[in-house]
Amino acid sequence: MPTEFNPGCERPAKKEKSPSIDIEVQNNEEKKEEQVMLKVGKPVPEFTAPAYYQGKFMNVDLSEYKGKWLLLCFYPGDFTFV
Amino acid sequence: MQEIGVDVLSVSVDSVFVHKIWNDNELSKMVNKDVPFPMLSDQNGSIGKMYGVYDEESGVETRGRFIIDPDGILQGFEVLTPPVGRNVEETIRQIKAFQHVRGSEGTEVTPAGWKPNKKTLKPGTELVGNVWKEWGVNEAFED
Repeated sequence: MPTEFNPGCERPAKKEKSPSIDIEVQNNEEKKEEQVMLKVGKPVPEFTAPAYYQGKFMNVDLSEYKGKWLLLCFYPGDFTFV
Repeated sequence: MQEIGVDVLSVSVDSVFVHKIWNDNELSKMVNKDVPFPMLSDQNGSIGKMYGVYDEESGVETRGRFIIDPDGILQGFEVLTPPVGRNVEETIRQIKAFQHVRGSEGTEVTPAGWKPNKKTLKPGTELVGNVWKEWGVNEAFED
């Protein structure tokens, strides 16, 4: 279940669970981040994020939705027009 | 979405505080109740980047919509630039189609323009080269 939190002035914690893989690049000391490829028919990247839901602030973990159909919708911003 | 057994999560780069005020001051007046799904905050765009919808230049997320099945598998997505809104009916149609296919355990597939109660196809050796006998292009445009 989502865990409620009491908001402070710091941004609520958020973490990606399978966001990126550090890979060693040949002939280069620097590490390069490679994004996980998003493809239909493949598992989606998991994450936990703070949310507002019916009067409460809570952390939502994508893995809690296993076993359910889920529609994940991104949009440009609150108070925009469309 | 609740009627067809689908949970919804929305995501933007706004803070949870802005989500609350947007819910309280505008959205709740549109639907006469609180927004019925969690509104997630992705302030550094890290989730949007994983899903390919974060626009670095404008610092916001485009209208990406992802259908995820009970196994956590991505079944479909659509991404629009900000000025054009989505067609929710098409999203519902697609979800119903994916649910139907899953319910049939892969024995049925849904042709173009399929809607609930319309004909599905059952792939197999008999059907190879014979789809034209079972299904006409005009059916894609019928209700």
